[in-house]
Amino acid sequence: MNAWQKLLQIARGRSPWVYCLNTGACNGCDIEIAASLTPRYDAEQLGVRREGSPKHADILVVSGPLTLRTRAALLDIYQQMPGPKAVVAIGSCPASGNVFAGSPTVLGPVDQFIPVDVYVAGCPPRPQAILQGIAQAARILAEGKQKKRVEVKA
Amino acid sequence: MITSLFHSVAGDLAALLIWPGLVGGALLGWLYLWLMRKLTARLQGRQGPPFYQPFFDFIKLLGKETLLPAGISPVLFYGLPLASLVATLFALALVPAPGNPLRSFPGDLVVLLFLLEVPALCEVLAGFAARSPYGQVGAAREAMMSLAYNLPLLSALIALAAGAGSFSLSVMAAAPVSWVHLVAALAFCLSLPARLKSNPFSIPNAEQEVVAGAHTEFNGLPLALLELSHALELVVMVSLFAALFLSPLAGSPLAWVAYLLVCLALVVFVTVIGAATARFKLHQAFGFYWSWGAAAAILVLAVALIR
Repeated sequence: MNAWQKLLQIARGRSPWVYCLNTGACNGCDIEIAASLTPRYDAEQLGVRREGSPKHADILVVSGPLTLRTRAALLDIYQQMPGPKAVVAIGSCPASGNVFAGSPTVLGPVDQFIPVDVYVAGCPPRPQAILQGIAQAARILAEGKQKKRVEVKA
Repeated sequence: MITSLFHSVAGDLAALLIWPGLVGGALLGWLYLWLMRKLTARLQGRQGPPFYQPFFDFIKLLGKETLLPAGISPVLFYGLPLASLVATLFALALVPAPGNPLRSFPGDLVVLLFLLEVPALCEVLAGFAARSPYGQVGAAREAMMSLAYNLPLLSALIALAAGAGSFSLSVMAAAPVSWVHLVAALAFCLSLPARLKSNPFSIPNAEQEVVAGAHTEFNGLPLALLELSHALELVVMVSLFAALFLSPLAGSPLAWVAYLLVCLALVVFVTVIGAATARFKLHQAFGFYWSWGAAAAILVLAVALIR
């Protein structure tokens, strides 16, 4: 690994720009994500910037189980993010479907469709836990150990 | 003769690439950008990012994959950010900052004014070329805003040139301080927040309205170039102010200190205004510049021309 790549790895860990996506969550996790960006928790200390365009983002923050109507949006947005990128799943829904599991309109956990690097447990998780998840994803990006997308259910 | 030519060309290259050009400009630009983010955070009761943040943001963007959006030619997608960066770099090399090795030439103010317009022009073209509705709205807003903020800015610079009796930046920088300078400084400060797309004039890049404006579709290397170009633009504007309004100190070691202090003061001024205000609507900002900005423009030209 040469000096430029070393510098690049450090930069990837220090500058995680996030894009937040609700794939059918109850809005509980989204409120906690918003709280983690407020002055009290101040995610900018970690270099986090919330981006409005997925093309600027490094980390996709997903909340909610995947529903019939949000699948195309999730795959589209994931594909629009330039690599290297990581995915953080917030709360129980993207991990297991939670209380929505078994619903005819819910397709299932998010990790059946895109690779998830970090799971943050909770219903909803606390802002500290969300920040820890984003910091862990940034570390994964810095080490270059993010999961590659092998196969996607289209 | 050949050696003197070599020395002068080396001086020009140094002005472009080292000081006040690429290296010095980028370092200062990142410092100012960090200061703006940190000060905004502190004013909002947050801790804010560490000082290396803009540097690592830039490096990270350089190392990212670049996705070419559908419907845009790669020439425009890479060329417009590059043109914006190169034009800003040449503008920076022309600014008579202390220690600038560039030889000033008659009429370099005109070249500088043209180069200062290129980033805004590139931004407008980039927004329309990227075929995103957000980019197009951002580009249209940027075009409207450049018709507004340029009024006091150009008047201030033209008044300074008229006061000094020359279109050469080095002559203008050496002109003795007069009433023109005071009024021109006010007009310059009036246009500065809009020139830097800072609140309350952050209309072209309003993140709650048009995502990232003209930058929405840009990513990876082109986005890194656009961000660096913006950092350099910041340095050009504050350096130009410091260089043109500090003539009594020119040549002394104190000029360096005063230059940096004035630059930092301007950055703090723009940041505090930005943190303390909410965004104007486009017609409010336009109205502001064509009433108060126009008043400042008339005043500064009157002071310069009627003596």
